[in-house]
Amino acid sequence: MSAEIAHDYEASFTAILEQCHTAAIDAGIPDSHSLPEGFSGTLGYFPVYFPDEIAHAAGLLSVNILGGGNKLEMKHADARMGSFVCSICRSTTELGLNGTLQSLSAFVTHPICDAAKHLAGIWSRNLPDQGAEILYLPQNPNTPGAARYVAAEYQRLRAELARKVGHPISDAAIRASTRLYNKKRRLMRDLYQIRRDEPWKLSCSESYMLVRAGTRISCEQHIELLEQALDAIRHRHIVAQDKPRVLFVGGFCEQPPLEMLETIDDVCFVVDDDLLIGQRWLTEDVPEDAGDPVWALAESYIQRSNASPVQHDERKPKDQYLMAMLNAAKADAVILTAAKFCEPGLDDQLFWSKDLDEAGVQYLVLEFEEKMTSFEQMSMQVETFAESLLFALA
Amino acid sequence: MTTAIAEVPSVRTSNAPASQTMWTPFNARDEGQRLFKEWYASLEQANERKEPVANVFVMGNAIEILRSFDFHMVFPEINSLQTGVRKTSAEFIRVSEDYGMSPDVCSYVKADMGMMLKEEEHPTGKIPRPDITVSSNMCGTFIKWAEIWERRYKMPSFVLDLPGQRTSNWVVRPGDAQHSADSRWVEDQFKDLIAKCEKITGKRFDIDRLAEIQGRVNQMVIHWNNVMELNRVCPAPYNAMLDGLTYIGIMNVYRGTVEGVEFMRRLEEDIRAKVARGEGRVPEERFRLLFSGTPCYVSMRRLVELFESWGGVFAYSDYLTFAAGGMDAAELLYDTSRPLESLAEVTALAAQRGLSNQFFAHERMEKQIHDYGVDGVVFHGIKSCRFVSAGMADTRDYISKRLGIPTLYIESDLIDPRYWSDAQIKNRVDAFFEALQQRVGAGPMRGREVPTGTGGPL
Repeated sequence: MSAEIAHDYEASFTAILEQCHTAAIDAGIPDSHSLPEGFSGTLGYFPVYFPDEIAHAAGLLSVNILGGGNKLEMKHADARMGSFVCSICRSTTELGLNGTLQSLSAFVTHPICDAAKHLAGIWSRNLPDQGAEILYLPQNPNTPGAARYVAAEYQRLRAELARKVGHPISDAAIRASTRLYNKKRRLMRDLYQIRRDEPWKLSCSESYMLVRAGTRISCEQHIELLEQALDAIRHRHIVAQDKPRVLFVGGFCEQPPLEMLETIDDVCFVVDDDLLIGQRWLTEDVPEDAGDPVWALAESYIQRSNASPVQHDERKPKDQYLMAMLNAAKADAVILTAAKFCEPGLDDQLFWSKDLDEAGVQYLVLEFEEKMTSFEQMSMQVETFAESLLFALA
Repeated sequence: MTTAIAEVPSVRTSNAPASQTMWTPFNARDEGQRLFKEWYASLEQANERKEPVANVFVMGNAIEILRSFDFHMVFPEINSLQTGVRKTSAEFIRVSEDYGMSPDVCSYVKADMGMMLKEEEHPTGKIPRPDITVSSNMCGTFIKWAEIWERRYKMPSFVLDLPGQRTSNWVVRPGDAQHSADSRWVEDQFKDLIAKCEKITGKRFDIDRLAEIQGRVNQMVIHWNNVMELNRVCPAPYNAMLDGLTYIGIMNVYRGTVEGVEFMRRLEEDIRAKVARGEGRVPEERFRLLFSGTPCYVSMRRLVELFESWGGVFAYSDYLTFAAGGMDAAELLYDTSRPLESLAEVTALAAQRGLSNQFFAHERMEKQIHDYGVDGVVFHGIKSCRFVSAGMADTRDYISKRLGIPTLYIESDLIDPRYWSDAQIKNRVDAFFEALQQRVGAGPMRGREVPTGTGGPL
């Protein structure tokens, strides 16, 4: 009887993952005919973080533009961006120029790096009607007044989106959106708790697809999907294999191909990662009944947020937050990745390797591109790494 | 915060206007080299003398505040480019790549890392270790570079977050709501920086000292703007990408100093005299060009020679704006009766009009093409600098197709000699001039009609 139930949960989890894959990878950007109920348009944003609550309250479906993956044919962007620019910026440009993103009502990028900022200029020259903009999230969250500045920037965004949708965005609407997104964030924290506590029940690639689906579907749909998934995962009966516990870093902006994550899953338990870190940027609930809901979002961004190579914060030196992640996840080792031509990622990759040398923690250095299609060599490297870890830990 | 800021006067004069002083012979290059030597010499013993040292960048640096605390200013970008000029960059880059740095990151950072690994020994002498670093968000690499120093030198790195241009056609005027909000944030950060400087130096902040320094910056900016405008005439008295590099170096390193004011005053005087004599940088100016990007410092003279041999002169370069802190683009001077507020207001405006507008480069380029009466635009893509280069090919496409201006795109690097391909670049330059010649004619510019707004006496 219990075996039969387990089988049902497994089947339903498989169906959920397929649904996620369809939403996150296969389906295009929703147009006016395929928008979920209650939305009047879409807002596309480049990684890492965007305050989805404000778009949601405006009735805009916020979509995280995560590049073109490894199946996109480049026809336009190669002539518009130097060969030394990272894949995600080039493929995002391609998606803009080839019409894939034409249904977006707005496009927002951030000062995470210089190539990302240039996307706003490229958009303004080629897709002027979409009104691209840079949301200037601060690289100094430490000076008193940072939250006030972020709140002012959010209010500017709010006014801009209100102009686009043709109606004001009320405080009540933002509070309601905040409640929803808090729930979604709690569910994602539950997913990662399972990864740390019982990693055999949820692989890195599975968890990644569950989170990534939320970059394309509404918050309401994502909550429903995550609740079903968590229920299924908790009922999974999977025997833990003998695999090393590793931390994966380097996936904060350009996304590694799914095949790469599956390759690592084959031989390691990835007990924590920074994949799609922007979706999990706020680490605690945003106050839901605050007098000013925009202030609540801004203050949360400054005071209760995650870390990444593209956010400077003197409270979170890069070496210390990596070690904190490692210890919290009880990981044995680290897979240090960086996207090719990603300057912030490549810089941190090197200095993290020095930190780990000093701390006596084993690590594997990998460089990836979203457009990679061959994984044989990487698979061999990862297998060898995992074997050496098991040998060392035995 | 009040918002009365002194606008740059339409008749531009400093306390010692160049046009009213006795002309004396002045060689900007020699004088610039002398000042640079003095500056590097002053740095050598700074650590031993226990004098405070700050690492700063050319874009968004709060020099006025740091100078009021008597910090020595170290410009790591200038240190790195000097390794290129002195043909030693390859060795520093090799050392940093051996250490593990990627071939795909900024070569300035790698040269600096190489220098750190060689115990701060630089071709110009010993570079002191910083007590603080100030890096703005105008270039993402500045922040990562500062994080490397944090690790090595175990000292605070202060990131000055400057809200930039948010959208295309972004209009921000002194005192409007957006400018006030942005200035307030910048002022908050200056106060924070001042507290850090007080802690490091043990000195109290002296606002009168700040005002005094700002007064000198104002004089330098007036001369600087005039120097830029003087190159609108035909023939252009200087080459923006050769002579201009000396000028910009002094503008940065000596910003807010007596020596800096004097250099700029004499420079303006000298260039004004050249204009009066009708003396151009190239003997027969045939093509006026705009250079977009940074130079390749290992082949700087060669690059200019490739263009000047065709009678082409770089009348303007966006480098002279963004690498001088964008002060000319701010079109504002400091109001020294409100030093700190005014510093924040001008800094915020310069960040939007002269620095972060690099991400919407086509907008200001259209104006510069007209103002400087240029025949073509040369884009220099820098392999390891995304700030300059990531949107450049697209900007070029816009300038060529929408504005019908001839353009040339060449690619190399700031200081990594491995990316300079002389034959390939020469072929492209020659082909560009052949096409340009067909378009504008082969004769000298002198006597040709110059677009409205250029060529007249200033």
